[in-house]
Amino acid sequence: MTVEKMGSVPLYRSGDRVRVRKAAPLGHVRTPFYIRGHAGVVERYCGAFPNPEELAQQRDGLPAQPLYRVRFRQKDVWPGYRGGAADVIEIEIFQHWIEA
Amino acid sequence: MKDSGRYEPYSYFQLMEVSLRELLVEKGVVSEDAIAGAMAAMRARGPERGAAMVARAWLDPAYKARMLANGTDAAEELGFEVPGLRLIVVENAPDTHNVIVCTLCSCYPRMLLGIPPEWYKSRPYRSRVVREPRKVLAEFGLKVPAKVRIRVHDSNADMRYMVLPMRPAGTDGWSEERLAALVTRDSLIGVAVPVLPKKSKTRKS
Repeated sequence: MTVEKMGSVPLYRSGDRVRVRKAAPLGHVRTPFYIRGHAGVVERYCGAFPNPEELAQQRDGLPAQPLYRVRFRQKDVWPGYRGGAADVIEIEIFQHWIEA
Repeated sequence: MKDSGRYEPYSYFQLMEVSLRELLVEKGVVSEDAIAGAMAAMRARGPERGAAMVARAWLDPAYKARMLANGTDAAEELGFEVPGLRLIVVENAPDTHNVIVCTLCSCYPRMLLGIPPEWYKSRPYRSRVVREPRKVLAEFGLKVPAKVRIRVHDSNADMRYMVLPMRPAGTDGWSEERLAALVTRDSLIGVAVPVLPKKSKTRKS
């Protein structure tokens, strides 16, 4: 059985509007602080991968977590962003870091 | 360690690396030669594989479509072994410029581009290019016009990224090999774009 088949079910699709959880748990978190709490749009689904927060604790990281690329408008992310209104930052967000 | 002639104690992680390596050799799991060979191969690798993929994409629209759909498959199609790599290729266009960063560490498609440059791993690049990409790119000598959208890609989890730059004008009829020579490491990261080499000026007088 592939890791992907052992994963949680992907809940979101390209184009869905999502918000990143604003939380600060300890551990090996791959969701940078700068993007927590911000809302963006799913750019694509990347597949499911073992949860890095669990892997860092020597566990198997299963069930694998669906991973998405989410696109955010730079003007939404950085106060006083100097650059085009169409500028974006795209970043990978695991499903357990998304709140609908 | 730096060959400065001064004694510098190992750091915590250097000590851990040396201890682990010596144990693996002692137990016969791996040989010193194999480690040295792997390190030499890693150091010898440059951006040639990534450049070859770009040159092929410039010449073959069907390959380009496959590359944008699945970068890993496109690398393997050219015979490059990329175990474990999940590659996403992002395409520059007249209205879009892409740039890659890993804000959390230094994730980079080493299998295709070799060892990342020091600046890619530096805190100033990692923290600044996400929030002021135009300013950082200008410092690299790349002025992105205001009407061009910038897409910054944070390589923060399991994907790795490579930019497909635009083919420079004036390269009609060029061979794949000649095109590949235009594709620099920096243009694959997105802090530069491929440019034609300046014609050597004939000196007067």
